[in-house]
Amino acid sequence: MDTSPLDGNATAGALGELFAFDVTMAVTTCAHCRHTWPMADLRAYVRAPGIVLRCPSCGGVQLRLVQSTERTWLDVRGIQMLQIPAGATV
Amino acid sequence: MRWLVATVAETIPETARAITLRLDVSNWPGHRAGQHVDVRLTAEDGYATQRSYSIASPPGIDRLELTVERIDDGEVSPWLTTVADVGDQFELRGPIGGWFVWDGDASAPVLLVGGGSGVVPLMAMLRHHAASGSTAAMRLVYSARTLGDVIYRQGLEGLASPHRAITLTLTRESSSDWVGHRGRVDVDMLAELGWPPSVRPHCYVCGPTPFVEVVADALVGLGHEPARVRTERFGPTGG
Repeated sequence: MDTSPLDGNATAGALGELFAFDVTMAVTTCAHCRHTWPMADLRAYVRAPGIVLRCPSCGGVQLRLVQSTERTWLDVRGIQMLQIPAGATV
Repeated sequence: MRWLVATVAETIPETARAITLRLDVSNWPGHRAGQHVDVRLTAEDGYATQRSYSIASPPGIDRLELTVERIDDGEVSPWLTTVADVGDQFELRGPIGGWFVWDGDASAPVLLVGGGSGVVPLMAMLRHHAASGSTAAMRLVYSARTLGDVIYRQGLEGLASPHRAITLTLTRESSSDWVGHRGRVDVDMLAELGWPPSVRPHCYVCGPTPFVEVVADALVGLGHEPARVRTERFGPTGG
């Protein structure tokens, strides 16, 4: 199986279920290395029981999302700061 | 964002592996060129799986068009490309993504670089460019394996104009009849066919992850501002 990561664009539908802004436009500060990246550019690993977004600079995990029919688990401890442009709210 | 019901209105073969589905979508809110949708298929036993597909049609068109390339061991694309027929229905969610979009309101030159079915969202931008009468100069560099793998071959020829330069490069075409570019998109090709960084073009790169990495790095290496190089990666991990 090809294990090349996709990017944050591919996870915007699932994350859009949770957030009131367009996640591809938001910019994260990585809690591991402090680099800032648009969420669209984060490396997305989607062929798993959940979604993992990693920092393109250091590879650190920024976000993990797991969904079942009963509930959703969201771990964002790898994001130190989230910048949301005014025009990105939906 | 709610799941919407899409009804197949027409199927248009593009290549041996790719098909365009023209869809009626109830309550479709409209979209921007470059956005995508999530498609969800649900089996009778309740098992559901979903994948993302780029929108091929420009904004303002009644029917939504998705172009899907078949991944043989995929879970969604085989159904969309070989089973789905007129009248069939499935769920989709969208439009998604405000990052990889071109709205046509900027006059800056535009460079589109697509690999394989990564041309699909770029086609929406080209069509929007034509439909909106934009005066921004747009150039497409599109890499495919062979001539037979070129999606929208006729459509692209029809879109070529003084404001829209379209260049194909083929990486594995064996026929000597092909007199166009050959080989993978690299720094030299981007320097020849793209824009100089001094005119500050907007660059959109879409394709398989390795293709996007190489092209985006090359553009930044040529001196383009990283913030003006927007990328969208998909892969055989899609399907």
